[in-house]
Amino acid sequence: MIGVYTLFKKEILRFWKVSFQTVLAPVITALLYLLIFSHVLEAHVQVYPGVSYTAFLIPGLVMMSLLQNAFANSSSSLIQSKVMGNIVFLLLTPLSYWEFFAAFLAAAVIRGLVVGCCVYLVALFFVDLPLQHPLLMAAFALAGSAMLGALGIIAGIWAEKFDQLAAFQNFIIMPLSFLSGVFYSIHSLPPFWQQVSRLNPFFYMIDGFRYGFFGQADISPTISLTVVGISFLALSWLTLRMLKSGYKLRG
Amino acid sequence: MIPAIRIDQLHKYFGTLHALQGIDLTIAQGEFFALLGPNGAGKSTLINLLAGLLRPSSGNLSVLGHDVVADYAQARRLLGVVPQELVFDPFFNVREMLRFQAGYFGLGRKNDPWIDEVIEGLGLADKAHTNMRALSGGMKRRALIAQALAHKPPVVVLDEPTAGVDVELRQMLWEFIKKLNREGHTIILTTHYLEEAETLCSRVAMLKQGRIVALDSTENLLNRYPGKHLRLKLEPSRLPEALHPLLRSVENGFHTLALNEAAQLEGVLADLRNAGIRVEDLQLIEADLEDVFVQIVGSRS
Repeated sequence: MIGVYTLFKKEILRFWKVSFQTVLAPVITALLYLLIFSHVLEAHVQVYPGVSYTAFLIPGLVMMSLLQNAFANSSSSLIQSKVMGNIVFLLLTPLSYWEFFAAFLAAAVIRGLVVGCCVYLVALFFVDLPLQHPLLMAAFALAGSAMLGALGIIAGIWAEKFDQLAAFQNFIIMPLSFLSGVFYSIHSLPPFWQQVSRLNPFFYMIDGFRYGFFGQADISPTISLTVVGISFLALSWLTLRMLKSGYKLRG
Repeated sequence: MIPAIRIDQLHKYFGTLHALQGIDLTIAQGEFFALLGPNGAGKSTLINLLAGLLRPSSGNLSVLGHDVVADYAQARRLLGVVPQELVFDPFFNVREMLRFQAGYFGLGRKNDPWIDEVIEGLGLADKAHTNMRALSGGMKRRALIAQALAHKPPVVVLDEPTAGVDVELRQMLWEFIKKLNREGHTIILTTHYLEEAETLCSRVAMLKQGRIVALDSTENLLNRYPGKHLRLKLEPSRLPEALHPLLRSVENGFHTLALNEAAQLEGVLADLRNAGIRVEDLQLIEADLEDVFVQIVGSRS
C-alpha cells in the first residue's frame, strides 16, 4: 500500500506545486466564459423555465473544467515523464499495473474535483444556484473526472511527443466538451444534431450533472449515469489492458 | 549460494533484429562485474531486460533467484539500476525525489536514515533541498545514482556511469561504488573503458553483436592479449624498415607502434639508434578495450 500511496501523493504534489497554472488558470478561464456568455445571452435565452441562463451555464462550466483538468493531470504527467525519460524510475519499481492505474486515476480525480469546486465556489458569487440532488451531482462529478482521468492515461501512454498530446486535446477533448451542451440545451438543436449529440459521452456527463442542480435536464439522469458508468468501465478496461501489455512503456 | 544474477539462453528480437543471441551468464553475489562492448553490442538491452524495461523474446533472467518476469516485484526490489541518460523529475528536490523513489518500493520513514547515508556518501548533502532541474550535470549524475540506491538494493547495475563525467567525479563515484561492493552489494557495470574495468572489476564479459565473446577474470583477459601502444615523435620523421611490421598508424607526426610487452621497447629504441633516427617524444600507452576487443573478435572469425 505504501507504494501506490506514494505514487498518488507524488502525482498530487506535482500539480499542487504549480497550482497557479493547474488550478487558478482554469478557474479564470471558466470565469471568463461565464462573464462573456452570460453578458451576451442572459437577456435572450432561457433554457429551462425559472432558470436564468447564467445559472444554467454554471454547472456546464464546472463540469467542463473538471473534465478537462482531470484529463490534463494524468496525460501531462505521463507525457512529461516520458519525454524527460524519468518514467524509467517508475518502471523499475515493483508497482503493479493496477497500482499504477489507481494512483494516476485518483490524482486525476482529485485535480478535477479541486478545479470543479473552485469554479463552483467562484460562480456562487455571481448567481444563486439551487442544488436539488447533491448526491447525484457528486456521482457525476466523480464518474466524469474518473472517466477523463482514464482517458488521460491512455492519451499519455499513446502520445510520444507533446504535439501528439495537444492534437488529442484539440481534436477530441475540446470538440467533445464544447459540443456537449455546456452552453446550450440540445433541444435547441435540429433533430439530426440532437441525435449526433447523443453519441457524445460528454453530453451525458454535463446533462446529468446539471440535473443534480436543477432537477431537470434534457434526458433522464438514470440513462446519463448508466452511459457515463459504462464509458468509464470501458476506458478503464482499455487502460488496464494497455498497462498490462506494457504498450509503449515496456518493449 | 544463489547467484546474484542468472541468465539462461536469453534471446531478444526487435522486429527482425536479433539483438541478443543466446546469452548465458551467471554472476555471483558480491562480485564486481564489468559488461564491456562497443556501441550496439547489446549491453543496454541486456540491462533493460534485467530491469524489466524490456521483455525477453525467450530465455530466463533472475535476480537472487527471482525471475524478472514471473516474480517481477521481488526481482525489482533486489535490483537497483542507474540509467545511462541523465533523467530527472523537474518538480522535486533531491531528498523529496529519493523519498518518493523508496516509497514506490514500499519503504516508508524507516528508510530515511539510509537515504541520508546515500546523500552523504555521494556528496549531495549541500544539494538535498535543491530542485533537480537546478543541479549541474555532475550533481544530476550523483542524484541519478542515489535514486537507484534509494531502496537499498543488494544488486546494483550501472549503465555507463562515467560517460561524460570529469575525472574528479569519476574518482569519487568509484570510491563510493567500491565501498558499496565492500559492504556486500553486487556491482555490475557497463563501460567503454577497459582501464576502468581493469582497476575495479574482478570479472569481465565482452559482448559483440548480441553474443558473449569473452568471459573471464580481468587478469586472465589482459594476460591473454597483452598489448601496449608506443607513440613516437621522430626526427627525421620516418621509421626504419625493421619496425614496419609493428606500425599501426601515423598521425600528427606521431608513429604508433603496437607492442606485445614492455621489453620490446629496448629493441625498438636500438633499431632507431642504429638508423640514426632521434626520438623527440615518446609515450607508452596501455592497450584499450578496442585493442583487446579487436584481437578477441579477430581470433574468432
